[in-house]
Amino acid sequence: MRLTKPALAGLAIAGLVLTGCTTDAPADDQADTGDDQTSAEGDWFVQEDFDRQLAQRDVTPEGSADEPWLQAIEPEWVDTAAFAKEGGDATVCFSNASVSNPWRVTGWITMQQQVEVLQESGDIGEFRVSDAADDDNQQISDIQAFVDAGDCDTIIISPSTTATLTPAVQAACDSGVPVIVFDRGVNTDCAVTFIHPIGGYAYGADGAEFLVDNLEPGSTVLALRILPGVDVLENRWAAAEQIFNDSELDVLGFEFTEGDGATIKDIVTQYLQRGDVDGIWMDAGDGAVAALEAFEDAGKPYPVMVGEDELSFLRKWKETGITAIAPVYSNFQWRTPILAAVKILNGEEVPSEWVLPQDPITDADLDEYLERNADMPSLHYAKFGGEDLPGFPDAWQDR
Amino acid sequence: MRTTVSGITSRILSSNATVFVLLAVIFAVVFALNPGFAEPMSLMAFVKKAAPLILLAIGQYFVIVSGEFDLSVGSLVGAQVVIAALLIDGNESATLPVILLMFAGGIVVGLVNGLVTTLLKVPSIITTLGTMLVLYGAIRWLTGGAPTGSLSTAFRAAGRQGVDDVPLIGQLPWALLIVLVVGVGAVFLMRSPWGRTLIAVGDNDQAARFAGARVWWVKTAAFTLSGFLATGAGILIGGYAGVTAQVGEGMEFTAITAVVLGGVVLGGGRGWVVAAMAGALTVEALFTLFNQLSVPSTVRPAAQGLIIIAAVAYAAIDRARRARTVTETHPTPRHTDVATP
Repeated sequence: MRLTKPALAGLAIAGLVLTGCTTDAPADDQADTGDDQTSAEGDWFVQEDFDRQLAQRDVTPEGSADEPWLQAIEPEWVDTAAFAKEGGDATVCFSNASVSNPWRVTGWITMQQQVEVLQESGDIGEFRVSDAADDDNQQISDIQAFVDAGDCDTIIISPSTTATLTPAVQAACDSGVPVIVFDRGVNTDCAVTFIHPIGGYAYGADGAEFLVDNLEPGSTVLALRILPGVDVLENRWAAAEQIFNDSELDVLGFEFTEGDGATIKDIVTQYLQRGDVDGIWMDAGDGAVAALEAFEDAGKPYPVMVGEDELSFLRKWKETGITAIAPVYSNFQWRTPILAAVKILNGEEVPSEWVLPQDPITDADLDEYLERNADMPSLHYAKFGGEDLPGFPDAWQDR
Repeated sequence: MRTTVSGITSRILSSNATVFVLLAVIFAVVFALNPGFAEPMSLMAFVKKAAPLILLAIGQYFVIVSGEFDLSVGSLVGAQVVIAALLIDGNESATLPVILLMFAGGIVVGLVNGLVTTLLKVPSIITTLGTMLVLYGAIRWLTGGAPTGSLSTAFRAAGRQGVDDVPLIGQLPWALLIVLVVGVGAVFLMRSPWGRTLIAVGDNDQAARFAGARVWWVKTAAFTLSGFLATGAGILIGGYAGVTAQVGEGMEFTAITAVVLGGVVLGGGRGWVVAAMAGALTVEALFTLFNQLSVPSTVRPAAQGLIIIAAVAYAAIDRARRARTVTETHPTPRHTDVATP
């Protein structure tokens, strides 16, 4: 026992020392950190995708600007005559990854409202839904169940993860019904159309470029991220990191917060105790308000802020008059798969990769979006694109 | 009351309370790295952040020392905050009634946990796991996954505001006062006949039953206190950071970690409530330390796990050694170190 005790004490101290050692270098030399992280997380950065997405932001999409959910950037139209079905009353089956965050909840409501419209017009008969609650295995069996049932006229899939769901999506394609994939992608292009906004690189770049443009060289920036390892979020950070590395900004660090307000407030408070923070970049807007409150409670001037089109943040932005931008991961994309399903079953052309516009909300259109969503709850997303649906506004208010 | 300053000091210095040493070491490192953290304002900000976990740890202490677990507190905190936001919806005058309703709800959840565990004989790890899922599901159902409404300024005062313009420290947070009052209350409660019975029940509930203790009632009261304190934690954390969909998530395990780090033995019968509170402070201080050291976020859970295991193992080995020497020289009942008069 006498030997073990000092050994354990040693282990505890070693733990503390170890954590200290690993970080000495990054803390002293920011440029080094940048390089290290890029090489360590290079998996998440593909130059070609980065360049394409940044370019797509400036492309004028085809279609009416009043209906952004039907717009498409550089579409390659595919013929769907083979899938045409007479008489409407189609059975639409939807395998949903989950409704586990406010963004998905908002979109899910919009989708249901769109379905109701098309059910009344007679285009859609039954709308069959399964929710996998973020469980890959559950979603694989959900999709298989749709295939086995054999009476789905189309299968819409919002995949929970990319690689794991690929075989299941392939199996759905092989069954012969038209498959529509949206939001996160899969590693097969067997779906008739893959619907998504421009993407994570564009999202991350919108915020990072705004900070570069609005802060003096040498200003400090803190990056707040939700969690590691999720491709859409990693792409956002990879793009931001790329832009920060090419700028004169001093990135203090990046921290994982799980989107939890208390964690965010604590982390920001601690950074403020160590020195000034001039700008905050976030990979998703959850808890942006908590970050701003940390500045209020510490008596520091507000930072230049990157949030999201979540209403709590937009309202705080208006109230405090900060310099901010709200990158948007277009929530209205939840309408598109339903409309695409009806188009396909009518034999109309759809884009094989349906890239939806993804314009950030800036100071110029902040008031407009606040007004349009005046009665909406705080965790609602401003660009939900359901204002013209008959259920508006009650359906989004009573969640 | 024979407690003296020296009694408390000797207790803190006894190696049974590794947590105090660990806490002191962590704070020393943090202060050395960043003297700014030693400034009153920074310390007060730390207290505001740590206060909810301290309340949860006190509640969890009552349950664990009685030989049970309460896994429902994280969900309960989340449920309380989300429901409060829904009911208050920014309306200041609704603050007090909603807070009273929250406490009533917390007490009911604790009562149910306690009664199901003691009367229906369902193991508490299952009972409270069930309550955790029920509350989690109820919130999902009620809110459709996204909280609505907002908390009033008055509601947020407890977690965010304090007594302003205090000399030297600037602002004395309400959260600190609340934690002090609850902490002192808990110490006195553990010295009361109920507290001594609670430890006896956790040590050996058969023996306690033969000695005439109403085991079911003592344990149910512990669960009820845990529910009550989780409500307090909910009010503080909602006040500190407002409403997010993730509020309270995982806090049950952080609270159990804090209590165990404080030297409280899982399975019951052993542990000091003040050490459990220090455990909560240590967990929070560890987060602060990692932040101050700019430890990469990715390795933090691993480092945290290593430090916690090492600290708890250190204390356990030490306790085993002391127990052996004690029995060799002058045999004493097992829970002496707990119930020092």
